[in-house]
Formats: sequence, C-alpha cells, structure tokens
Amino acid sequence: MLSAFLAVLRRDLLLSWRGRADLLVTLAFFVIVVCLFPFGVGAETNQLRAIAPGVLWVAALLASLLSLHRLFAQDHADGTLEQLLLSSEPAVLWVAGKIVAFWLTTGLPLVVAAPGLALLFDLEQGALPVLTLSLALGTPILALLGAVGAALTLGVRGGGMLLALLVLPLYVPVLIFGAGAVDAYLGGTGAAAHLLLLGGGLAGALALAPWACAAALRIAME
Amino acid sequence: MTTLTRAPVRSPEGLLRFAAPQQFYPLAGRLAPWFAWAAALLTVVGLYIGFFVAPTDFQQGEVYRVIFIHVPAAWMSMFIYLVMAFWAAVGLVMNTRLSFIMSQALAPTGAMFCFVALWTGAVWGKPTWGTYWVWDARLTSQLLLLFLYFGFIALTRAIEDPRRADRAGAIIALVGAVNVPIIYFSVQWWNTLHQGASVSLTRAPSMASTMLAGMLIMAIAAWMYAIAVALWRVRALILERERHTEWVGEVLAAEAQTQGRAR
Repeated sequence: MLSAFLAVLRRDLLLSWRGRADLLVTLAFFVIVVCLFPFGVGAETNQLRAIAPGVLWVAALLASLLSLHRLFAQDHADGTLEQLLLSSEPAVLWVAGKIVAFWLTTGLPLVVAAPGLALLFDLEQGALPVLTLSLALGTPILALLGAVGAALTLGVRGGGMLLALLVLPLYVPVLIFGAGAVDAYLGGTGAAAHLLLLGGGLAGALALAPWACAAALRIAME
Repeated sequence: MTTLTRAPVRSPEGLLRFAAPQQFYPLAGRLAPWFAWAAALLTVVGLYIGFFVAPTDFQQGEVYRVIFIHVPAAWMSMFIYLVMAFWAAVGLVMNTRLSFIMSQALAPTGAMFCFVALWTGAVWGKPTWGTYWVWDARLTSQLLLLFLYFGFIALTRAIEDPRRADRAGAIIALVGAVNVPIIYFSVQWWNTLHQGASVSLTRAPSMASTMLAGMLIMAIAAWMYAIAVALWRVRALILERERHTEWVGEVLAAEAQTQGRAR
C-alpha cells in the first residue's frame, strides 16, 4: 500500500532535483517580495518590526500560490496523470505523495529562509523559532488546500488567476493564525494557542484534502 | 407564460420525477411567477412598514431604516451558500444533473445579496460609525464569502465541458462550505486580538415590534425573490444544456408559436 506513496514521492523529489533551478525561482520570489516592503512602507525600524510577521507570511503565501501550477501541470501534459489514475493503487496515496514532495521542494525552503529574512526586519531573536514553527505548520496546509485548487483548474483557460481566486479566501485562516502566532509571542501572550490551532488545521487538512484532490483529479481527467 | 400540455410521464418515484430537467422545466415555469408576485407584494408591504410605520430610532434617527434591506440581504447571502453546497452534495451523491444546475442558478443571486449587504452596510456605517468600513469580524467574513461566491461562479463558467464544470463547482462549493465556519471563527479571533473593542455591532436589541415585523417580512420577500430568480435561471440553464434534445426543440417551437399569435 505504502509503496505507491513512496514511489511517487521519490520520483517527484528526483524530478525536482533534476530541475532544481525552478525551485530557486520560488525561493527568489519569496526573498524579493519580502525585500520590496521596506521600499513601500519606509525603513523605520519600529514599523518594520511591527509588520515583519505579516509580510513574511503574505510573501510565503504568494510564493506557494505561484508554484502551485507546477504540481500537476507537467504530469497532465505528458499523460503520466492518466496512467496514475488508471493504476490499481488508491489515488489518495499517490496524490498525498505528490503533495508531500511538492511541500518538501517549495514549502520547506521558505521555512528555512524565513528566519534569515526576519533579521532584515529586526525581528526579536526569541520570535524566530516561533516564526519558523508557524511556517512549518502552516505551509503544508497551504500546499494541501492549494492542491485541491490546482486539480480543479487543471487545463482550464485562465487557470492561474482562477486558482488564486479559488484558493486565496481559503488561505485566510492560515494567514491569521500563522502571523498571529508571532504577534502573540511578541505581545507576551504566548504563541501556544495559535500554534496548536495551526497544528489542528494541518491534521484536518491532511485528513480531508488528499481525498478532495483525488476526486478533483478524476473529474478533471474524465 | 407558456402552459405546456404534455402528457406526464408516469414514473413510480412520485416527486422525484421532477429531478429530470425535462419534467422540471415546465414546473419551474409555472411556479416562478407565483414566487415573483409574492416577492413583489411582500417587498411593498415590508418597505411600507419599514419606511412609514416603524418608529424612528432614538439613537440613529432615520438612518437605521437601511436595516430593512441590509439584514435580509446578509441572511440570504449566507443561507444561499449553504443551499448551494447542499445541492452540490446532492448532485455528487445522487448524480442528478438538475442538482448541479440548481446550485449554479443560486450562485449569482447569493453573490448579489452578499454585495447588497456589504454596500448597504457601508452606507449605513458612514453616518453611524463615521467610516464606510471597519475590519470587524462580520464585515470581513461577509467579504470573504463574496470571494467564495466569485470563485465558484468563475470556476463553473471557465470550464467548457458542463459535466466537468458541474462536478468541479460542486467540490469547490463543498470545500468552501467546510471552510466558512473556520473563516468566521478565525476572523473573529483575529479581530478581537488586533483591534480590541472598537465598534460593537451588537447593539442592545431594543427593537420595536413593528421594526421586527418589517424586517421579517422583508426577509420572506428576499426568500421569494431568490426562489423565483433561481427557478427562471434554472429554466435558462436547462434550455442551454439540453438544446440538442428533441423536447427543447418542441418547447421552443411552441413558445415561438404563442409569441407569434400574441403579435
């Protein structure tokens, strides 16, 4: 049973590694968007400190949104997706494998890069682990929800914009709790509640999203 | 209005036979005008009570009267999304085309009510709070609900194959319905943490009974309107979907004939 999951995971990771320049583009996008904000709002240190969690989170959200189209597009174009759907393995397993591989290649670099970028905004040292943890819990939810949207808009005209319209309202709770965790730590109330809610959201998304995504892929390939 | 005299196809399922678009089309045509007249009548009564009978609010003066449009619109916008998701689920489970058509026919009306609620809320907010918009939990979740409607409408319109559009739309409607409570809860959480007690929307419910009556009548009018419009839209969608079938040809020929006679 698990072999399908592992095989697809291994294959997708290998493919991403072969085309690793693409992954750097996502990371570069994240870095550049974050660096744009001081130009827009001014480089006043206190202000930068105040907006840092929100800026980092919004940038991470946009970066993962923009990489979503890669999740299924290539497999859709060369027919791999059809073959996978025809196989006797449960679709949920290999869909989960693809999403995990997608997060490892696009989400994880953002999580690793975020603390370094937070230093540009002079974020308090103690808040860096909270930021990292909130992104580590939150970006997988973004990948899971986004996968459903990506499957629904597969091969549809105007797919990119449509995907953003579908997925962004669903991302709002993740953004609220993710950025809120850092704010709560800085405000002195402790980030535990936010992080626990993010963890709960991740567990829920992990349980439901692969099914919805598999159903959406079936509809798209009919 | 055309009254089609066609022999009813006897099927043992009773009411369920109206799940066939061919059967539902004439039924919707017969029912819609009744709902539309009820909506018109109730709107006139409700607005008369609201604008002329209900007393002036001692705090807000005459401005509060926008409530008679604002509150029913807000109720309907939320309720229609649930009904839409319900029909989407029925469609996915029972595999009935009409259910998908129903959910797609409801979406524009829901989005319209959502927009009306936001718009009247902004107009109401300016004189009472001094600002068109606050990032209050209710306003923000209403805005996100509007985005969810836009997403659903855009997705179902963008996919050309109706079968795929139906199912894809149904999935996004269900995902949205699961998310609506989460969004509402998270926005409320965010709001209380960021803003503290700014503008409280929960005024003391010291509402005169005539105000309440006017509001409830307007709410029922909004229901009737939504049903009438959805039925007419369902008819248009059925004709569009089934345009290749024989019975649609017959219907269109009959309608052209009655129109020609009227002229």
